[in-house]
Amino acid sequence: MTDIIETSHRRLSFHILRYNPQDESSKPTMQTFHLEEAAGMTLFVALTEIREQQDASLNFDFVCRAGICGSCAMLVNGKPALACRTLTRDFGADITLTPLPVFKLISDLSVDTGRWMRDMSERLETWVHGSDVDPDVDRLEERMEPELAQQIYELERCIECGCCVAACGTAHMRQDFVGAVGLNKLARFRLDPRDEREDADYYELVGDESGVFGCMTLLGCEDMCPKELPLAGQIAFLRRKMAAQGMVKKVSKT
Amino acid sequence: MQIIQTDVLIIGGGLAGLRVGIGAKRRGHDVIVLSLVPPKRSHSAAAQGGMQASLANCLKGEGDNEDVHFADTVRGSDWGADQDVVRMFVNTAPKAVRELAAWGVPWNRVQRGERSVIINGERVALQEKDTSHGLIDARDFGGTKKWRTSYVADGTGHSMLYTMSDQAIAQSIPVHERTEAIALIHADGRCYGAIVRNLITGELIAYVAKATCVATGGFGRIYRVSTNAVINEGIGAAIALETGSAVLGNMEAVQFHPTGIFPAGILVTEGCRGDGGLLLDRELHRFMPDYEPDKKELASRDVVSRRMEQHIAAGHAARSRFGEHLWLDIRLLGRQHIDTKLREVKEICHYFLGIDPVEELIPVRPAQHYSMGGIRTDHTGHSPTLRGLFSAGEAACWDMHGFNRLGGNSVAETVVAGMLVGEYVADYCDSADSDITISSALIRETGARQAAALRQLAERSGGEHAYTLLKEMQQTMTDNVGIFRDQERLQTAVDQLQALLVRSRHLSLRNQARGANPELVAAYRVQKMLKLAVCVAYGALQRTESRGAHYRRDFPQRNDRDWLNRTLAVWPGEEATLPTLSYEDIAIMKMELPPGWRGYGDKDYIDHPDTPRRAAEIEQLVAQLDAKDRFSVQRALLPYEHLLPGRYRGRNQRLGESGND
Repeated sequence: MTDIIETSHRRLSFHILRYNPQDESSKPTMQTFHLEEAAGMTLFVALTEIREQQDASLNFDFVCRAGICGSCAMLVNGKPALACRTLTRDFGADITLTPLPVFKLISDLSVDTGRWMRDMSERLETWVHGSDVDPDVDRLEERMEPELAQQIYELERCIECGCCVAACGTAHMRQDFVGAVGLNKLARFRLDPRDEREDADYYELVGDESGVFGCMTLLGCEDMCPKELPLAGQIAFLRRKMAAQGMVKKVSKT
Repeated sequence: MQIIQTDVLIIGGGLAGLRVGIGAKRRGHDVIVLSLVPPKRSHSAAAQGGMQASLANCLKGEGDNEDVHFADTVRGSDWGADQDVVRMFVNTAPKAVRELAAWGVPWNRVQRGERSVIINGERVALQEKDTSHGLIDARDFGGTKKWRTSYVADGTGHSMLYTMSDQAIAQSIPVHERTEAIALIHADGRCYGAIVRNLITGELIAYVAKATCVATGGFGRIYRVSTNAVINEGIGAAIALETGSAVLGNMEAVQFHPTGIFPAGILVTEGCRGDGGLLLDRELHRFMPDYEPDKKELASRDVVSRRMEQHIAAGHAARSRFGEHLWLDIRLLGRQHIDTKLREVKEICHYFLGIDPVEELIPVRPAQHYSMGGIRTDHTGHSPTLRGLFSAGEAACWDMHGFNRLGGNSVAETVVAGMLVGEYVADYCDSADSDITISSALIRETGARQAAALRQLAERSGGEHAYTLLKEMQQTMTDNVGIFRDQERLQTAVDQLQALLVRSRHLSLRNQARGANPELVAAYRVQKMLKLAVCVAYGALQRTESRGAHYRRDFPQRNDRDWLNRTLAVWPGEEATLPTLSYEDIAIMKMELPPGWRGYGDKDYIDHPDTPRRAAEIEQLVAQLDAKDRFSVQRALLPYEHLLPGRYRGRNQRLGESGND
């Protein structure tokens, strides 16, 4: 039956950006590490081995190492990816690793996505707004159509890894852009009948160029999303709804 | 040193910690949560399959209620659980699911009409009732009599954690990310907070709090092969142990999950088997019915993992270049099911094994998965020996899992414990018991001791490296303190771990980087992890019986006569290399469900003389009562409602069950 695919034992060269902003003497440089490839080697395995055997000061972030927590996004040969599930066998013998852009650098390959995501959540209020936040938990739950629950989960699969932000032209130019991650979240709450906010409320949150009208439709977000979320479609839909809302607003003002 | 004050300090930003924080904040107390990582990255997110709660909405859940969930959980624990706590848990679990539903978790819902499922390898058509339509669905899980596991595809923990974390943001609860508590501030049996290291800058900060709650999850990373995230190193439990006052319970009770993918050890959910997946051997023979004719693949995890290893030892393993393993077959579930309900599993198979589980078999072997043991608390989550210290979730031993946890009971526990302990922490902070008078000298001295230890680590030269010791510890734990244990191997482990612990006091670093220094982190953590590891190994060596996940080849019977108790470990002093163990009896005469056969696994056990006495007493009580409803019988056997916080004492409404309204 299934056997793990054979890999030749290549000698890999990892070119890694080194920079520790906490250390005044540290200057950004590329450093190369050599490593013998092993069968089924992921970047998690490779980077851990480099740290344990070659340079104990190398910083990077892994948590679940199973592609579900979103901690380990970095640029692999210039493209955002989850390092833990990136197999070395899919690349040539030279692999360049650099930290995700846009986010604040902590050190080497480690960036502060947490602060960015929390700011985004606070700004977009990414929680169910409803009268039922302190529900009577003894009673039968509110019913929901099974299909709708599945549709919400489709959008809720986002792991806030930051790949879409790193791949976004607007995010590189506008620090306040909420990114596909933020717009997808609002699309998720918009779909959810438990959230009592209306388009007028969402318009207040994303009805400008730091929100849905900042998107240039370059589609980098959807191309790079490791969870294959339908980001471009969600943004387009939201933009239509927000544009309609903007018209209503304009009309009601005059 | 900077000092930050708050009412409640929560160490750990996973489901349990966040829910404690939300509860305490709602009651008007200031809360700060510390987290090693952004909280949505916590290991709670990795729970795939679901959360047990006896909602009884779907057809195969009909007839389910708290009593059935209670009995399943106690049997699963091999009678090690505290039955008061299990009662509190099963009554609160439906409330937890419903609260999360209101907060936005997109639980899978029951679809009326025909439902095609796989049961015992056969495709079966069920008819879901109109009245159930749109209510929260459930899937089957191991060791349960009913389909009871509420789920969100196979991203249940992810959805729960995102919803909980966003609720915490909605309540403006600050989370100090990338911080690590490295010592508790305590004196004379009272905890006052923690000394905390900023993992980005390296700075030490003192957090002073009326109540401190450790919710740092399990300690799976003391093993080489574990499904746990790399952050699950048990530091929260270790700093509690290092106080010498707080106690760790049942550390030898370590769960091995049947289906870690081989060889990486990444989890694929029990939902695979719950939904009808089978375990096959080299000959593609379905072997579990040979060992467990009743529950087959869906016996409890300890039993299935043991049967798998037994089958491998008998020469039936498949082989790859990485070694021996068995197969998980979910092909029979079909593409539609896998694409919607097991999509994370599909992704994991794709990325880490290069296979499509719709077409191919998944190589699996049991891997360390869960820590039943942890910080010993009472039913309110409060440490009886270090006041002001609370604990909840996997980090705690309050003790609802005993010696084996059922699948689906752990994410359920995180939220239930969060709800209950959150109320109790708030009660404590409301009361004069929580008043603190703390000397600034105590804060300064505790901080200075930690700073000196870190400086010593950084300045010492010529010592061993942390990663060397870490690997040796993980190897000996996996080799000698695994699924099958015996005197010889456990003694080997204890000897090796003691030697490692001594060596860990002379570590040195290869780099002196300021700020984020992963080697320094590894060094101070391995010193702490070794203490936990030796508690596990030494506890296992001393426990000369088999119970739940703790299995001794040389003592294969469960022995209620001599070992129906909980192991308590205390760390006697800085120079010690072994914990001091004592034992806390579990009283049969107070049990609602006295010991017996679990319904799966070996039938062979040594009875306690109280068991028939209690059974006769219960029989008599029930006969005398002539009770009309299950609630009055239950209340007569094990009154527990008074133990719950007032707001969570209500009865759970169910379809088709009257008297709960």
